[in-house]
Order: sequence, then C-alpha cells, then structure tokens
Amino acid sequence: MMGVSRREFLKIAGLSTLLGLGGRTAVELLAPGSLEASTGTVPLTEAQQWAMVVNVNQMDEAIMDVCIEACHRAHNVPNLGSAKEEIKWIWKEDYHHSFPGQQHPYIGDEIKHKKFLLMCNHCTNPPCCRVCPTQATWRRKDGVVMMDQHRCIGCRFCMAACPYGARSFNWGDPRRVLKDDNLKPMNLNFPANPDYPTRSKGVVEKCTFCAERLAKGEVPLCVEAAKKVKKSFLTFGDLADPDSEVRGLLKKHYSIRRKPELGTEPNLFFII
Amino acid sequence: MYDGGKIIAGLIIGLGLFLLPFFYNAGKAAKAPDPQLTAKAKEAKQCVETTPYIRTSHMKLLDEWRQTVVRNAERYYTAQGGKVYYKSLQTTCMDCHSNKSKFCDQCHNYMGVTPYCWECHVAPKENK
Repeated sequence: MMGVSRREFLKIAGLSTLLGLGGRTAVELLAPGSLEASTGTVPLTEAQQWAMVVNVNQMDEAIMDVCIEACHRAHNVPNLGSAKEEIKWIWKEDYHHSFPGQQHPYIGDEIKHKKFLLMCNHCTNPPCCRVCPTQATWRRKDGVVMMDQHRCIGCRFCMAACPYGARSFNWGDPRRVLKDDNLKPMNLNFPANPDYPTRSKGVVEKCTFCAERLAKGEVPLCVEAAKKVKKSFLTFGDLADPDSEVRGLLKKHYSIRRKPELGTEPNLFFII
Repeated sequence: MYDGGKIIAGLIIGLGLFLLPFFYNAGKAAKAPDPQLTAKAKEAKQCVETTPYIRTSHMKLLDEWRQTVVRNAERYYTAQGGKVYYKSLQTTCMDCHSNKSKFCDQCHNYMGVTPYCWECHVAPKENK
C-alpha cells in the first residue's frame, strides 16, 4: 500500500496535537523560568490616570523658575535662545494665552498679568496620539502620554494636533549648544545629566510626567523641586483613586483646565 | 583597429585607477579589533548574559530593552542566573564599559557599523 493509511494519519495527528499542547511544559521542564525571563519585573506604580494640580495662589516667577530649571537640567533640554527653535517641556505663559476662551476685558490685574506654569496636559483623549503615523506617541495605561524617540520620524503631525503647544521639534542637533560661545546658565555643562539621553535632530519631544521617576515610585521632578520651596504648589496623584490628594484638592477647590471645550480632557488642573 | 594606441593606453590607465586602492593598501592589514575591559568589567567576570551570547546578540538584547522599557515600562531585566538589572544602555552597560573608544568602537569601527545610539545617549567621559 502506498502512503499513510487513514488510521496511521489520525494516530500521527493525535500525537502531534498532544506534543503541541505539552510544548510549553516541556520547555519549562528543560529550562525552568526561561519563558518568563524578561517579563518578571518590578511593577510600575499602578495608577490609572496620573494628574497634576497647580495651586495658582502659590504661583510666582521664582518657584516656576525653580521647576523649569530642575526639569530642563535633568532632562537635558537645551536653551537655544531663539523663540523659533525653542525646546520646552515646562514653561511660563500669560493668562490670555493659557486660557484663551476664558478672558474678558474686566479681569483683575493680578490674574491678567500673572504667568502660568504649563506643561503637557497628558490628556485622557490626546489628539497628538491619534495623528501619529508611527505610534511614536501614545497614551499609557497609567495615563501618561509617552514619547518614543526611537520611533519618531519628525513629521510634526502631533505638534499640529496639540492645542496646547506642549511639543517642541529639534530643528538641529541639541548638542550644538556645546559649540555656542555665550553659554547660558541653563546650558552649563550640557548635557547636564549624564544619566539621561539628549534628543537627536528631527524628533519631537515633550514632558513625559517623568516616566523614568514614576517607574521608581517617585513623583515628577517639578513637583519635588516645588515642594522644597512651597509645600502645596504642585500636587501629583492618581485621579482614579477617590482618596488621593489630587482628588481631595479638586473636591475642595474650584479648578479650571486649559481649553476644556475641545474635549481632549486635560489632566492638568489649576486651582484659582 | 582605429586609434588602437589611444584605446589601449586608456584601458591601461583605467585598469590602473581601478587597481589603485589594492596597490595603496597592499601589505597593510587592518588592525584586528582589541576590545579592552575596564577593571570594573573584569571584576564582574560575566556580563548581563554569557559572553558568547553577548558577543553575538548584544544588539538584539539592547533592541529588546529599548522596546520594553520605553513602550511597556518594564525597566528591569532578570538574567538567566536570576540577577536583576536596570535596563539601560547609558547607566547600566556604560557603567562597567566606561571605555567606549577602547571597547565598543573597537569592533564597530572594524566592521564599519555606526550605531546611532550615541546621537542621543550620552557616552561616558573618557580620560584620554
């Protein structure tokens, strides 16, 4: 008889299925733990939606400068001098530019001439992520709108999509500030933090809510820096946790967000 | 053959130009790469994984690290022996191999590969 009989074929098929099912067990018997070798890690702090509350009553130029310097020095953000090439993760902005929908001619001088501390809003519904063609920016499970510089192709769709101007483009190599003769204090010994990368020419960058610090269970650097000056200027926490400090503050005080009418659901709150 | 002399002369000159690099480099073998371990790396005895694996697949390991760290927020790597490492080229790898020019660059230059890691990641300062 030629070939395999029906009975033999069924036998082989049955045995193969059994082997296939047992394959994983076999691997584990021969090399225990190797399948899980790279997955067993120290867990990320398990928030569902990180958010920040800014107490405007405690906000002044000095404390904002402290936050900006701490962030930009630690993340090797260069100060390139010109507004056209500016790279910023956290910055100061006028009231009428921060809250364009909420201004009128009769606002008191105090608010009108106040600068606000702004950064990426880490929106619940981030338009930047929707337009990114390479998924170089996406919203993490803990609410952080993350950036993958390895994958960014520099198309700048996200910059056009972000209604808050939170994203900056590297028009050139950021390390060119090294060759700059009149070094600004912000660029001293650039890149100032040898443990953090710079960016390269042609990628977009922004605040990541200090993803590298969240992984260690620490709050973002601006919050930590501000705490040293004024205790409750910036508060960071999980919006999904009803007992969190941020939820407590939002329950107790009236707060506003930037351009809420756009439906991006920003997670940066300003207590007025 | 018309203009035979010119054609043959041209051919000889052309062949000479083509062979010029061979004559130029004749007898000069490229220096074999000689990666040096720092005292710290020597003391550790083994890298994150076994030496043969690291030698052939360090680029795959690094690629996996960058993918899992940035995209999945998994920042720790459990090696075969059970030892846990913080997944970072800049702070973990380069902590031991702080001599980039005498370690990484040795083979990379020899093989003619230019990894673009260093466009962003900061290489350790070396005393030359």
